[in-house]
Amino acid sequence: MLDILVSGLLLSGTYALVAMGLNLQYGVARIMNLANGEVLVLGALAAFWLYTTRELNPYITVIAAALAAFAGNWLIYRFLLTPLVRRAKTQGALEVDSILATFGMSFIIMGVMFSIEGGYFAYKYLSEPISIIGSTTSVNRVIAFLAAVGIGGGLYLWLNHTRTGVAMRAVSVSTEASGLVGINVPRMSALAFALGGAVAAAGGALISTFITLDASIGVVFTLKALIIVIMGGVGDIRGAIVAAVILGVVETAVATLIDPGLTLAAAYLIFVLILLFRPQGLFGRRTT
Amino acid sequence: MRPSGYLELLIVAVLVVLAALFPLVGSNLHIGVGLDMMMFAALAISWALFSGPTHYISLATAAFYGLGGLIVAMGMADYELPFWLMIAVAALAGGVLAALIGLATLRLTGVYFVIFTLGLAEMIRNLVSWIQNNFLGSHGFLIFSDFRDQHYYWMLLAVVAVVYLLGWVINRSRLGFALRIIGNDETVARHVGINTAMAKVILFTTTGFFAALVGAIVAPRWSYIEANQVFSPHISFLVVIMALLGGTTRLWAPIVGVVPFLLIWNWINGNLPNQSTLFIGVAFLLIVYVLPHGVVGRLEQLRSKIREGRS
Repeated sequence: MLDILVSGLLLSGTYALVAMGLNLQYGVARIMNLANGEVLVLGALAAFWLYTTRELNPYITVIAAALAAFAGNWLIYRFLLTPLVRRAKTQGALEVDSILATFGMSFIIMGVMFSIEGGYFAYKYLSEPISIIGSTTSVNRVIAFLAAVGIGGGLYLWLNHTRTGVAMRAVSVSTEASGLVGINVPRMSALAFALGGAVAAAGGALISTFITLDASIGVVFTLKALIIVIMGGVGDIRGAIVAAVILGVVETAVATLIDPGLTLAAAYLIFVLILLFRPQGLFGRRTT
Repeated sequence: MRPSGYLELLIVAVLVVLAALFPLVGSNLHIGVGLDMMMFAALAISWALFSGPTHYISLATAAFYGLGGLIVAMGMADYELPFWLMIAVAALAGGVLAALIGLATLRLTGVYFVIFTLGLAEMIRNLVSWIQNNFLGSHGFLIFSDFRDQHYYWMLLAVVAVVYLLGWVINRSRLGFALRIIGNDETVARHVGINTAMAKVILFTTTGFFAALVGAIVAPRWSYIEANQVFSPHISFLVVIMALLGGTTRLWAPIVGVVPFLLIWNWINGNLPNQSTLFIGVAFLLIVYVLPHGVVGRLEQLRSKIREGRS
């Protein structure tokens, strides 16, 4: 029981981080990014590949992957998604376009990853056991959790206490109004999208030390991140963290008590309950 | 009602008869390709019935298709029930599943629906494997059947014809009108008194029904069926690409996408199998950036431009 709680909690750190990134992409840049999971797996692939061929410490890759993903996602937003934002007449039209475009990108990234490594990204790094409040877990999980908390916390402080961060939150509240008060909306959106990608890649590199991934698994992470975002409420960081903890613990419980093959089904069950009872998010207010 | 509507039906009826004669003259290889085309035509047209007017991208085709196939396989292999009974059961099950999904997600915005359908096939596959591992013990089903490729071809052709006819009727009904208003502006639709959720759920149920029916019909062709095979998510993406490539503005438009795409897809799978994922990605980007209204939409734009130029 304690084991489930501890490992579920440790896993949820990374989930929360990735969901935060997706929240920035959807909440601020208004792009429903279905390629988010592939960016995460790309981060994991980088860590795996650099570790097995160059023996590079995966935690260095975390930083490198975040920077590379930041640049890559900024370029994607600037050159591939901005035309869609401009041509969209309504939010609905943009959603359809961005879903199809990012879905296409997810396949392209997946195809490229397949040509680099067709099998599992399996390697071992810092998998020594460690004991936390009576429950045994591994060092890499604890580091990943701490790193996720660090990055997420930094992001939270940045969003709340810097000029740019507050501007970004303003864009998420209203694109039109923030444009009227002199915020450079296209720039903020690009920045938010790039940050979201960076966070996903960092999360991928972090979990690659203790979860074995492969090129086709990205969609599962996209789905989990989306479920967390919806459960927490779009734009609600506190909600996303609580949602991530719920998902992490429930998944771990299902995997240990019933069957590891049912984690996705468990995530769907949570999703259905949220859609039926609290579609506005855990802490959201009902809108008319 | 405009007479041109009946003219359209007449043309389609003639084409269906011509298509039905094809297996009598074509070689086995050609019948095989024709069968695939019929299958995707049925899936793409029924997909477009719902996703065309509403713009809700459904990625659930594989879930219905797989469910249909699995039900037929289970019924025929484990209980020795007749094929015709099982395809009816499978199609109804697909309809019920679609209705449940629709009731849970279609009351909300389109994004939730897309996300839900995204992992649906994978989730059902996990669930089925788990049930099989723990309670049934068997992993696959052997199915014996006397059908040959031309029989599947004819059955699928019949499905295409029925879906087309149904689409034609819906387009002319209050429901079709309501859906077009929803697609243009959902808020307006709600304010003029349309029960938007119900209209969407009904149409999505139809889509699910036919996708499961198609999966059920082709099930015996596999001979040996496993959950891992029939829930292959590729079907969902291919259907979306084909339908959008052709366009969704006309009932027949998806077929314009099905025929060329399937030929290219078969070629890629034969010659460059490792690049097929990449190819799907490129096809999606092509649709978004070059052909946002499909080939048919693009042609119609050109035609109206030429007309404007003349007058």
